[in-house]
Formats: sequence, C-alpha cells, structure tokens
Amino acid sequence: MKSKDISRRKFIKNLGGGVIGAGVVLSHKPLKAEDQPAKDENKQNLARLNLTVNGKKVSLDIEPQTTLAQMLREKLKLTGTKVVCNHGECGACTVLLDGRPVYSCHMLALDAEGKEVITIEGLMEGEKLQPIQEAFVKHDGLQCGFCTPGQIMAAQGILNKNPRPDRLEIMEGMSGNICRCAAYPKILESAIAAAEKAE
Amino acid sequence: MANTKFIKSEFFFEEDVRESVAEVPVDKHQPWPENEKLKVVGKEIPRIDGYDKTSGTALYTFDINLPHMAHAKILRSVWPHARIKSIDTTQAENLPGVLAVITHKNIPEIKWFEDSFLFDTKIRYEGEEIAGIAAETEEIAEKALKLIKIEVEELDFTVDPGQAMKETAPKIHEGGNIVGGNPFTYERGNFEEGIKNADAIIEETYSTQVVVHNPTEPHCSVANWDGDKLTVWDSTQAIFTVRGVVSRALNIPENNVRVIKKYMGGGFGSKLAGGKYTVIAALLAKKTGRPVRLTLDRREMNLAVGNRPDSVQSLKLGAKKDGTLTAMSHYAYGSSGAYQSGAGCSWPFRTVYQCPNVKVEEYTVYINAGPGRPFRAPGHVQGTFAMDSAIDLLAGRINMDPLEFRLKNYAEKDQVYNIPYTSKKLREAYEAGAKAIGWEKRNKQPGVGTGRYKTGIGMGTQIWWGGGGPPAYVTLKLNRDYSVEVLAGSQDLGTGTYTFVAQVASEVLEIPMERISVILGDTGVVPYGPPSGGSVTSPSISPAVRDAAEQMKQKLMKAAAAVLSLKENDLVYKNGTVSSKSDPSKSIFLSDIMGKINEPVLVTTGAREANPEGYMIQTFGAQFADVEVDTLTGKVRVKKIVAAHDIGRVLNRTLLENQFHGGIIQGIGFALMEERIIDGNTGKVLTTNLHDYKLPLITDMPEIEVIIVSEGDPMISNTGVKGIGEPAHIPTAAAIANAIFNATGVQIKSTPMTPDKVLMALSQNS
Repeated sequence: MKSKDISRRKFIKNLGGGVIGAGVVLSHKPLKAEDQPAKDENKQNLARLNLTVNGKKVSLDIEPQTTLAQMLREKLKLTGTKVVCNHGECGACTVLLDGRPVYSCHMLALDAEGKEVITIEGLMEGEKLQPIQEAFVKHDGLQCGFCTPGQIMAAQGILNKNPRPDRLEIMEGMSGNICRCAAYPKILESAIAAAEKAE
Repeated sequence: MANTKFIKSEFFFEEDVRESVAEVPVDKHQPWPENEKLKVVGKEIPRIDGYDKTSGTALYTFDINLPHMAHAKILRSVWPHARIKSIDTTQAENLPGVLAVITHKNIPEIKWFEDSFLFDTKIRYEGEEIAGIAAETEEIAEKALKLIKIEVEELDFTVDPGQAMKETAPKIHEGGNIVGGNPFTYERGNFEEGIKNADAIIEETYSTQVVVHNPTEPHCSVANWDGDKLTVWDSTQAIFTVRGVVSRALNIPENNVRVIKKYMGGGFGSKLAGGKYTVIAALLAKKTGRPVRLTLDRREMNLAVGNRPDSVQSLKLGAKKDGTLTAMSHYAYGSSGAYQSGAGCSWPFRTVYQCPNVKVEEYTVYINAGPGRPFRAPGHVQGTFAMDSAIDLLAGRINMDPLEFRLKNYAEKDQVYNIPYTSKKLREAYEAGAKAIGWEKRNKQPGVGTGRYKTGIGMGTQIWWGGGGPPAYVTLKLNRDYSVEVLAGSQDLGTGTYTFVAQVASEVLEIPMERISVILGDTGVVPYGPPSGGSVTSPSISPAVRDAAEQMKQKLMKAAAAVLSLKENDLVYKNGTVSSKSDPSKSIFLSDIMGKINEPVLVTTGAREANPEGYMIQTFGAQFADVEVDTLTGKVRVKKIVAAHDIGRVLNRTLLENQFHGGIIQGIGFALMEERIIDGNTGKVLTTNLHDYKLPLITDMPEIEVIIVSEGDPMISNTGVKGIGEPAHIPTAAAIANAIFNATGVQIKSTPMTPDKVLMALSQNS
C-alpha cells in the first residue's frame, strides 16, 4: 500500500487518540462547572487543517494560532524538529515545505494547508539513515545535536534545489542555521560530502 | 574494586582549587604508549550517538512528554530592583486550565543564593523569579502569568559595576556591592622596585563585555512524583549537583531524587548549577499531582541563567630593553550580577609569563542584572584578551617581535605555587603554530600599507587547568555474549563523552566499538562522577574507564587460569581470548570462561587515580590569527586561525577537531559580535533574542588548523589525558585583537571589536 492511499480514518486510527484529542484541552480532573464555557469556546475556535506530513495525509483540528513547529511537535509528536529561538532567527526548526526549507516556528500551521511537509523523521527509510544523514555522522557535522535536524533539513533543501551546489551556495543556504557549538566547519564538510554523493 | 587507599588530592574545577581526601586505586597501570601504537584511542572515529542525533530520535529533556503532563511557566520580574508589597493570584488561579500557582506566600521558605530565597520579596534583577504556574498547556500558563497582580516599591538600581562600587550606589545586598566585602589580592616580589628597573613601561585599560551562553536547548526540567520519589529529567551538565540542590530544597533524601539527562543541547557552563526552574517544576508537580514540564524561552535564557561577567582591567607592565619582564600589575573589576559569581580574571596574568614582581587587585561587584555563571573558561578569556594585548604593546615599545618577547619570558614552572608542571610543551606549540600561520609574513611595522583592506597576524597564549582528578568512578559490565556496557557518572554535552568512554573500553578489552554501549547521566544508575565543567570530564573519566577495563581483563585471566589449570603469568589476553604462552593450543574465549564460572555478567568498578603530589597540571597552547580589516567600514574578517596546543593525549582526533572549531568560532563571537546590552536608564536588557544578540554563523568561520604538540602525559593518569573544551576557546580573542593591531597599528581595547569601535580607533589614530 502506498502511503498516499491511507484513508484519513485509518490514519487517525493508527495514530491513536493523540490527534483526535489534539484540539481538546485534556484534563483528568473532573471538570468544574466554570470550565465548561472555556472548553466550548476552544472548540469553536478550532480550524480544520489538511496536509501531508512525511508522506502521510494528516487532518486535524487546531487552534488557528498554532505554528507549524507546534503542530509537528505537540500534535503529531514529531519531536525531531527543535525549537530554539521561536522567532525565526536560528533555523533549528527547519522543515521542508513542498521541498523548500522553511522555519516552522515562524509560520502558522494553517499556512501549510494542502502542502507537503517533510521533517527529519520523514527523511528516514524505516530505521535507515539517508545519505545526507550518513554524511553528517561520518563527517561529524554536529556536537550537541540539538540544531542538527534543522541543519540537515536546510542542507537537504539546498540539494533539492540544486543537486550539485558549490561551496558558496551551501554556505549561503546554511547561513540561516545557528549552531551554538559552532561545529560549522564539519557541518559544511558534511553538506559538501552529501552534495558530492547526490545524483 | 581493586586495592584502594585514601589520599589527599587536589584539583582545579573552574577557578577553585578543590582539596579533598579521595579513595584511589593503589595499583597503577602502565602508561599507554603513543597513540600511533594504539588501535582505537586517538583515531578518527565517528561519535557513537551520531545516529540518534541525525535521525531525530535523540530524546532531549525538551522532548520529554509524559502521560497527563502539565506545563509550567515562571513569572519573572520586569523591574531591575524592587520590593514586593503584595501579590494577588486570584485571577490567574481562576483562569480555566490553570492547575496551580505558587509564590512566596504558599510554599515553604526555600533558601537560595547567599541571602535570598526561591521566591524572594526583594527583587534584584530583571528576570528574577516571582511565581510559578502550572496549567494544561504552556499557552494557558503564559496567559495566566499576565493575570497575576503585583504591587511593588521600585528601588534605585545600578547596572554598571564601576558605578555600583561607589559608596553612593544603591545597595543590592546588606553587606554592600563588593562580593565578599573585599577584593581578591595577590602579590609576589616588589612591583614598585620592578617598575623602577624597567626600560619601557606601558599602562593601559582594557574592557570586555558580558556575553551570554545561549545554548540551543533551553534550560528545562520535567518533574514527576511517584509518591515520595521524584524523577527529574533536566538539561544539565551536573546530574549529581541537581540531585543535591533538589533534595536540599525539598528536604527529601537524595535516594528519593533521580536525575536523568541523556542528551542535552549545549551548556557551556550555564547548566552547571541546579536551577530554580527545576525546583519550581518539582513543587508544581507535587501540588498538581501530575508530571510537570517547565521550559524557559529565549528571553528568559538571556536574562536569568548565567553569563560571562564583564571586566575593566587596568594593566601596568614594565620590561628591560632585552625584553625581560620586570613588573606586572593588574587592577580589575567585573560584574557578578545580582548574586554571587566570580568575575576574577587574573590567573593567566599571574602564571603565563615569567615575572618576579606581580601585583593583582580585583573586585567582583553586584549589579542589578542576572547572575553570572561559569562560561567556557571563566575569567581566562577576558584576562587573556587584556594580558596579551598589553604584551604586544610592550613588545612594540622595545621593537621586539611579540613571539620572541613571549619566548624570552617563558615560565618554566608554576609561579603561584612555585612547583613544577607535570608537562609543558608551550614552546613546541609556539613553534608549530608560528610556522603554520606563516609568522614571518606579519607586518614588521604594525599598520604599514595604504590600501582600504589591511591584513595582519597576531597571537595569544592559553593556560588552563583541565587535569581532572578523583573522585570519578566507572562501572563496567561484561556480558557473556562478548558485549559491554559502561556506566559513568558523567554527562555528554555534545563533547563526545559517550564516544571516548567506548573507545577506552574497546582499546583495553579489544572488543569492537559496536559491541560497547555507554550509559551516562542517570543518578539512579551510574556511579559518581564530576560535573561536566572545567574541562575535567575526559581527564577524570577516561582513566577510570581504563581502570575498570583492566580489572575486567585481570578477572578474566584469573578465571581462565583456574579453568585451564594454568599459571596466570603463563597467560595472555587477546581479542577476548585467553591463551597459554607456553602452549598456544590451550586457549579459551571469554564466553566460555564466563560459562565455566557461571557468570552471565561480570562487573568491575574503576576509579580515577590520584594526581601526583607537588606538581601543577595545566594545559597550554597558542592561537594565531590572520585577519583582514576593512578600514572603510571597520569590519574585521578572520581569515585563518591556527591552534597549537599541549593537551595531553588525543582520545579522538575527529571529536577533538570539532571541539577546537567550536571553541575558536565562539572566540570569534566574543571578539567581534556578541554582547549583552543593558539600558542604563531603565535597567532592562535589550538583547533578549537571537536577532539582537549576535551569534556567529557558518559564514563567519575562518579556515582553522588544529595542531596538537603533546602525547599522553603519564604523570597525570593512566591515559595521560587533559581536557580541551576550554583551552580551545581561551586565546582566540587575544589573537584576533593582536592581528588587528598588526594590520592597522591601532589597538582596539574593548570587546566586542565591532566596526564602530574599529572606525573610532582608526580615526583617532590618523
């Protein structure tokens, strides 16, 4: 079965309660009377979002102000995407939107309606690393690893645009991704190695 | 554990000499030969956590999501200095989705810092903790923060250490604004006499800024109670410190607190202390009866969880015509923030260059700003910038090459304690570094040339402890299927601890890396190890790993002797097999040995041995910078840095290079762009995001060459390793400053050396 054939119903069933309940404020405490209006109000404010994440169709109700990063991390539990500055300043939250790198903390999830999102988890083939990820391991393009998913997605974005980028193009493409450990020389080495291997 | 004894031991952690009585192994292992003769240690081996970190599966505290988990936020002061008159939390508590609100009014008094509390009614800086809120979501908690009503009496504040030192300044603590009441002083010889004997004298004041760690993963905790037992996931460099802080704050025994940290997104010193946020999360978790996650945001990170103190350093140096230093004095002050931290920066000044007459007086000063915390070589980065700038100036006065000047004043032994070094290969580092940068290409006359772009070469010297020491323990478990688990009381900050631990075990037991797992960062599981700071991790932990592995090997040999009915001294261990030297047909694989003795898992505990008595352990190095200055815009571009260091044995060449790259590029950040700015009129920090607080990017990196001039130092430990994290960062700013001086003929005496300062200095000189 191709991933695109998964029906919405089946997908939600597979994901379990996490997505179904995503729009509702969960509380295991008995609800007090005064809590009820708020709950209703929350429900009214929800908006329906349909998009493809890592090859699977996703449909969920979210609060309109939810950022794409929040939606990925909190609703879909895809915690590989990190949030560092939450202001579109550092690139740690970079994901691919229709193949192009974007800062997921800096856009609303609703703006991804109908689009295709790939996160670091989506690069994997099962448990297998993809060439870009292998390059970062081999060339040690990381230290603490917290900005690494963003770095890898940015590098993948460059390769999507041009499979044979030169050093300057890579530098430019990666210049929106801060690494506080400053593993930059080996990040660059990793991206160049991945580019050399790309078809 | 093998034979042990208790000895007096001494080692340096950050700036403190730590003297203790420690349990150490009696038997010493033979020092390893040079790396060339080793199979795994010293090699370029990819880090073993690479898969986790590139696949997105690495679980950080930031990612922990427990069933039924609530989210917390902290209400922080918007005032730099105030006294709380009243707090009304009614509205916040009534907001739907809010689960608990804690303030000083409804929790037991918990002491914090020297004369303060977890929630104090006296506010001493913008960002200080006032209340904690737990709610169903982080958004609701944030909304509720705004509903807390606070009435305060605003107090006069001071955010400048120079002003805060004055008698008339607002008092931040009862005892006045000088931390400890007095300056740190040091004197050897006779400074005045030394100055009289000098042919050339320079007197200059240098200043450095406050910089903020800004690790990518925010400071965060997840707290979960099971009855009386508390589990805390914490983004920390010191699991045992956090356990101690939490246990004392909550008044529960340490065995009831388990602190876990598997992966963390950087620390650089800012996560060495137990945080208020951790205790607040634990209190809220208790109150709500639910797990609580508390994550700081970037603004809070820039206000409240540490920084490198600033410094104003007035230096006076004298030298003879032949370059001999005759006298050095260092008067300095720096801001501690609102609570006690260390702004001292004179250790390099007292030790790097040979000088008989030295005088030091330095003040750490309270101001109304977030407290400092150790930041990658506390004191040394700012101290080395001023010291090495002054050295180049003085060398210029007597027309002497700055490198020749440094060699002329080479210190053969430690001048503060008057004891020899275990090893010192700084001379070799100078030579190798100078050759690699092309020292002879530097401008003989600083500032020559007339074009818009001017280039220059400069250098700085590094000294740092990084020798580590006991106590540090490792548990090694050998499984019957020829696989190993190593448990160490340490934590990997991204520095490569997981990997080198596996390498050392693999080297000794000759078991492939793939069959070795490493478990760190869990107080419920691992034996004690030191906090990961001060560059003590690899020099403390690697010898303990080797000790545990050597004991395991001995255990297998003993067992094999019994199983094969042979003498132990007739046996030899190779790749997991024990064989007879006299009769090679007699051999047995470790799985079979363990089968015969009916042991599915063999366990040993290794310990770090004592440091040698009467010796000083230091790391040394020199960095050389090649820079280009645009005299039209004032922009400085670092073209190349050569780092040549004596850091004992290299454990992993790939990870070592990466550490050096990071230290150097952070050094560029300190030298050229990073700065926390406080508005003097409002006492508020203006740089609370990563747009206003400038961090180096991939486009700022220069070409970097790393040269290691040392092999293992056998006097320190059985692995002969010294730390590298901090040494890599120390001399970069000084080298860049001196390269700018060499390019333009003008010294920039204040960091960060931003274009405005460069242009101002150039225009004043012309």
